[in-house]
Amino acid sequence: MTPNPNNESRRSHGWMGIHRGHKARPGEWLAEKFIFLVSLSAILMVLLIFLFVAREALPVFFGQTNTALVQKPIPPDEMDKHSAAELEAYLEITPDQLAKLPKSTLRTMMDIKVEAQNDIPEDFRNDPDASINTTEWKYLIAPHKWTDYDKPEYIWQPVGQIKKFNIIPLIVGTLKVTLIGLLFAVPLAVGAAIYVSQLARPRVREILKPAIELLSGIPSVVVGFFALLVMATVLQSIFHYQTRLNAFVAGLALGFAVIPVIFSIAEDALTSVPRAYTQAALALGASRWQTAWQIVLPAALPGVFAAAVLGFGRAIGETMIVLMVCSASVLSWSVFDSARSITTTIAAEMAEAVSGGPHYRILFMLGALLFAATFVSNMIGDFVIHRFKNKLEGKR
Amino acid sequence: MKKLITILAATVFAASAFAGNITVKGSDTLLILAQKWAETYMTSNTTVKISVSGGGSGIGFAALQSQTTDLCDASRKIKPAEQMKCAAVFEGGKRPTEYKVALDGLSVYVNPENSLKELSVAQVGDIFTGKIKNWKEVGGPDAPITVYSRENSSGTYEFFKEHVLKGKDFAASAQTMPGTAAIVQAVVKDKNGIGYGGAAYGGSSKLLAIKKTDTSPAIAPTEETVMNGTYPIWRHLFVYVDPAKDKGDIAAYLTWIRSDDGQKYVKDVGYYPLPKNLRSGN
Repeated sequence: MTPNPNNESRRSHGWMGIHRGHKARPGEWLAEKFIFLVSLSAILMVLLIFLFVAREALPVFFGQTNTALVQKPIPPDEMDKHSAAELEAYLEITPDQLAKLPKSTLRTMMDIKVEAQNDIPEDFRNDPDASINTTEWKYLIAPHKWTDYDKPEYIWQPVGQIKKFNIIPLIVGTLKVTLIGLLFAVPLAVGAAIYVSQLARPRVREILKPAIELLSGIPSVVVGFFALLVMATVLQSIFHYQTRLNAFVAGLALGFAVIPVIFSIAEDALTSVPRAYTQAALALGASRWQTAWQIVLPAALPGVFAAAVLGFGRAIGETMIVLMVCSASVLSWSVFDSARSITTTIAAEMAEAVSGGPHYRILFMLGALLFAATFVSNMIGDFVIHRFKNKLEGKR
Repeated sequence: MKKLITILAATVFAASAFAGNITVKGSDTLLILAQKWAETYMTSNTTVKISVSGGGSGIGFAALQSQTTDLCDASRKIKPAEQMKCAAVFEGGKRPTEYKVALDGLSVYVNPENSLKELSVAQVGDIFTGKIKNWKEVGGPDAPITVYSRENSSGTYEFFKEHVLKGKDFAASAQTMPGTAAIVQAVVKDKNGIGYGGAAYGGSSKLLAIKKTDTSPAIAPTEETVMNGTYPIWRHLFVYVDPAKDKGDIAAYLTWIRSDDGQKYVKDVGYYPLPKNLRSGN
């Protein structure tokens, strides 16, 4: 076979920019495209999920939801006197629906509205809170003095006559549990990573590494159940706090779920520090411990930091453990008080929320917040890892 | 290959055209009972296929609106917003028909070591709103009360809030538990705990006798007191159906559920049968 001098010019640019050296067989071509489409579909999936979440949450951002308990009812007989826009807002339907629905159906809907107003208990009819639209941003994030409360408070009570949607207790609860989990998991996981990658004998390493990574195989329901039944009791008998199920127990249990994530990334970072560093340090008379602590760990610090950030992303998105161990929406920074995380709230409340209603939309808004938080933390983690790799390889 | 496709298509068609397919979806509270009913009904009516799934009353109503289910189990009454959505899609703008299918007595659980025996409805309400914080305020030992509640997605939570707390908020410090079993479990482990849930699920916790008002006699939750209405905290469980579909197999099934024959299974899963006068009509 003589080499073709025009080989370079004949190199084709395949469909969607894939380079091929020579003409592919049809089977290969198909397989290639199929794999490309599959990988594309993963990205598309993420995008679609984000669009879906954003679409469901948008009415909250634009203030298009109304939860005022007492609304001025429109008598069904006066339906024709009101404009289409007014009726759409009143019946919570789209212009398309308004045009298509027969008059009798609209009338039934108007009747239901009037009946709902008549069913409001007398106590609530005169309550000043009953005319408030509780989905306005100032009620979502600022404290408000509700009837029956002594002072302005952050309240998440989304079910009942007057629905209170303050998201601050949930955000604080999420951060509280996540931080406790990380405070517990990061030292343990990084310590284990240093030991396994630098100090352990090869035989020990071969056992330890898979054993720690096996932790990630334990379903979080099982971890949660263990925490609920065993850890809660043991920890209460040690610390003697009043609330048996609290953020501290949840945080520790969460730590178990996060340790394998942080461990494997940190261990990767530590092992990818060039051997020359270690050898130089040892040659200069440093002990193995000094080498690990003063040479390898500082060199791998960005990678270890990235591991912690990715661990944060995993912890903040964890649902089952927190759901099982603690979930009172109390606003408190005390670790021995209960807490309620965003994921717990979504998982527990979505099933019963009236689909398309304000509660449903706010749960989606919380989901979008969480999505943004994990997205940003994963981006930071990824970015730092890449910087770190390039630095070690001498690229800028 | 062609033959295979034909057979496949034929089976799919046959399955969808199957006359007696009934889908039931909704409340987790009613799930076990609904499954029991479906299994029993299918053994004696072999032409009818009933598939039951849970998810929650809200999920059931959403499915009723999208017409992906025939019957919707609910542990609470339908809300106006859900009624309007159903009316918008149902034939002739009708609302879903409501059938009461069982009674549920809600009891108040405390730790077996707790010396307290009875509370009034108002006292129970004050404990759960956080107004009463110590057991000694209601005649118990001098110890802080730990309140265990259900997730707010639960129909039980909503019922308790409306009828015992009179619409007031639960204390923010109330621990929300994922199910009645979890509440009982927590109360049994916590000697200062108090919780609520179905009377039959009390397990080894102590069920308090409840006084309707401060002066009325304390009534313990039993089948008799719940069914004759003397025990003050009880509710109905419901099934909702599109009135246009309420005929043929579905109507027959609904009638059977509410008959003496269907109602005798209610007690097996911890609820109480409808009193005789409620078994026919709505």
